[in-house]
Amino acid sequence: MRTAIVEHRIDACALLDEVAQDRNGASILFVGTVRDINDGSPVTALDYSAYTDMAETELAAIVLEASERWSTPDIVVEHRIGSLGLGDASVAIAVAHPHRGEAYEASRYIIEELKRRLPVWKREHYVDGRSEWVNAAG
Amino acid sequence: MKVDVLLFASYADAIGASRVAVELPPDATVGDVLARVRQMASDKRVPEKPMVAVNKRYARDDQRVSATDEVAIIPPVAGG
Repeated sequence: MRTAIVEHRIDACALLDEVAQDRNGASILFVGTVRDINDGSPVTALDYSAYTDMAETELAAIVLEASERWSTPDIVVEHRIGSLGLGDASVAIAVAHPHRGEAYEASRYIIEELKRRLPVWKREHYVDGRSEWVNAAG
Repeated sequence: MKVDVLLFASYADAIGASRVAVELPPDATVGDVLARVRQMASDKRVPEKPMVAVNKRYARDDQRVSATDEVAIIPPVAGG
C-alpha cells in the first residue's frame, strides 16, 4: 500500500506496475482527469489545493479500510494538487487482487470515499475569465 | 483562550487569510469556533455548514476544543 498527495504529473502506468504481484489475477487502474465542461461552463484549467497534512492522513485511512475489507495489500493511490490543465490526471488509483470482483469494488470504494472525505478543493477557471471554487455555494 | 483556526478555499478567500486566531471561553466547542469564524465572514457568500476538523480528524459540533488544538474549517470538498 502507498498513498501520496503530489505536486507533479501522475504516472498512472507506474502505479499499475507497483501493485503487480504473481498472486493477483486482476488489476484495476482508475484515472480521474480534468474535463473541459463542468455544469455547462467551459473550463480552461483548474487549481487543486489541500489541507495537505490531513489529506495524507485521510487518504491513508481510506486505503487501509479498502485493503482490510477486500483483503489486498496491493493498492497505490496518488492525488495531485496545484495547477492542472485539461486532460491532466488529478487522481490515480491502482488496485490489484486475485479476483476481479473485489478489485473493482475496492477501486470504486476508494474513489467514492475520497470524493466525500479528502480535504481537497478545486478552483475552476472558465473560458470567460471567471473562476470559482467548486461546490462553494455549499 | 485563543485558538488558531486554519482556513481553506472559499473561507480563506472570504476572510482574506489562511489562519486566524479566535478568542473563546475555556469551555468552547467546535460549534462555537464555527460561529465565530462565520461572523468574520458575515458579509461574504460562503458555505453555511462546513465541516470542522480538530487535530486533522473530522469533529462533531459539540466536541470541546482547547488552545493547543489544531482546528480547521473544511468547506465542501471537491477532490478526485
